[in-house]
Amino acid sequence: MVPLSWYIILSAVMFSIGVFGFLARRNLIIVFMSVELMLNSVNISLVAFSHYLQSMRGQILVFFVITVAAAEAAIGLAILIAFYRNNPTIKVDEINLLKG
Amino acid sequence: METANIITLAGVRLIIPELTMVCMGLILLLLDLVVKKKGVIAAVGIAGALVALYGTFKLFGIGGPQTAFANMFVLDGYANFFKLIFYLNIILTVCISLKYMAIEKASFGEYYALLFFSTAGMMIMASAADLIILYLGLELMALSTYILAGLMRKQPRSNEAALKYFFLGAFSSAFLLYGISLTYGLTGTTNLKEIASALQALNISGSPTVFIGLIFLIVAFGFKIALVPFHMWAPDVYEGAPTSITAFMSVGPKAAGFAVLGRVLFDAFGSMQVQWNSILVPLAVITMAAGSILALAQSNIKRMLAYSSIAHAGYMLLGVIAGTPGGLTSTVNYLMIYMLMNIGAFAVIIMLRREGFQGENLEDYMGLAKGHPLASALMLIFMFSLTGIPPTAGFIGKFYVFMEAINSGYTHLAIIAVLFSVVSAFFYLRVVMYMYMKDPKEDVVLTTSCSMNLALAFTAVMVLVIGIFPSLLLDIVRVSILG
Repeated sequence: MVPLSWYIILSAVMFSIGVFGFLARRNLIIVFMSVELMLNSVNISLVAFSHYLQSMRGQILVFFVITVAAAEAAIGLAILIAFYRNNPTIKVDEINLLKG
Repeated sequence: METANIITLAGVRLIIPELTMVCMGLILLLLDLVVKKKGVIAAVGIAGALVALYGTFKLFGIGGPQTAFANMFVLDGYANFFKLIFYLNIILTVCISLKYMAIEKASFGEYYALLFFSTAGMMIMASAADLIILYLGLELMALSTYILAGLMRKQPRSNEAALKYFFLGAFSSAFLLYGISLTYGLTGTTNLKEIASALQALNISGSPTVFIGLIFLIVAFGFKIALVPFHMWAPDVYEGAPTSITAFMSVGPKAAGFAVLGRVLFDAFGSMQVQWNSILVPLAVITMAAGSILALAQSNIKRMLAYSSIAHAGYMLLGVIAGTPGGLTSTVNYLMIYMLMNIGAFAVIIMLRREGFQGENLEDYMGLAKGHPLASALMLIFMFSLTGIPPTAGFIGKFYVFMEAINSGYTHLAIIAVLFSVVSAFFYLRVVMYMYMKDPKEDVVLTTSCSMNLALAFTAVMVLVIGIFPSLLLDIVRVSILG
């Protein structure tokens, strides 16, 4: 039986890796993957808490998170493609039309 | 979960306004296939919003907070008043966007449908009594707004705005979820009222882990209401998005963010007021400071109003910091006034836009009063109101927020806020100075339409009427929130 704290630590580490990737990576696709990693780290902790507390709410929320993340991916990639058609780059540093 | 009948007829009755908005969105999508004139779609949309408004008025009278769907959804005066803000927001946005979107060559039918989906999400947020439904409402609002920001898909600026908004929005919703999961793990529930009682029963209000969960939630809401240092997206997105959408999202998501911030902090974490104020007070100070000072350096008026909206979020936060129902009332009052004056100002900006002329630079306003005295006078009213000069509504909004802050013992915060209001006068009045005291560089032709005139007349009259008779609005807000 794996104790609850292990799951929570795993989730925290995954979330931190996601935050680091979001802030440090320069490729938009990898930045996007980092966001997905953050969402999935939350899913781990929700399921772990849900099992520990013997309550279904956490698992219900996980299903919602997965569904919304799918919608989010669809919209995010659509925006990315619309962007790429006008400016063929996916480097974060080159997206600097708006500044000031 | 244990109850057999979660979906009851009485519960469905409470969500009739939300159902109306979602159905309107779907109807508009279908209507777009058969009706080619966008004016018809806009008119049907406004009619639908008015039907939902009528539904909310009907529900206003039933008295007392009502819950439905296993205590996930709550309908009280607080939620109802926020819904009123959202209805006015969407109706005014539709009015000012009809001609503008045609000029931008982005006059799609789904524009109006997405406005309705986004507003439905905001309404769900205002009524959320559970963190799960709060998350769903927030995502419904945010996902629709990401698309709206990038709707001018041929224009690189709009693409970039949508991209930045999407990535930072997704980032912030991950923070929201992490906060929810920590809170859920420690209290064993996601219901806001039950979180409050669990904090009492388990006596964990002082626990650092609960505090970390709360910080994550505040960060996520801070992104939505554009508090410094979570404001990075706001200037870029406000500048690049279609101007009508800038007007829409400088009010809607901000108001919805304040709705959930107030609900979560007061209903769920009311016992931790000292802790959350220790974060909100510095946030409010740097928000007011950065918003007001960075706006000084802007030459693009949409960007300037973006920083101004950041500064206004700082002022509004004072009411939440006050931590009393009266403080929350003053924040809600401010949001309503801010909606009127901000949409009015954006409507004037939209009027300057025509084929081949952006009309977004401050220089474009030079000598506007010579050729267009009425439009300049309206802009003058909105700029005075945003500064907070009597007898405009902006003064009333600021006055009550600062008063509540002082009543709760935050005199130093109120002084800081007044000082930064003085700083903000510089960049608001600069627009007025350009309009009235400079010579025109070129002739500006205004793009007007009937709906635009209506929206401008409504916002200007309301700004003046509320400024002269503040009790008209304040009484409604007090009755809604204090009961």
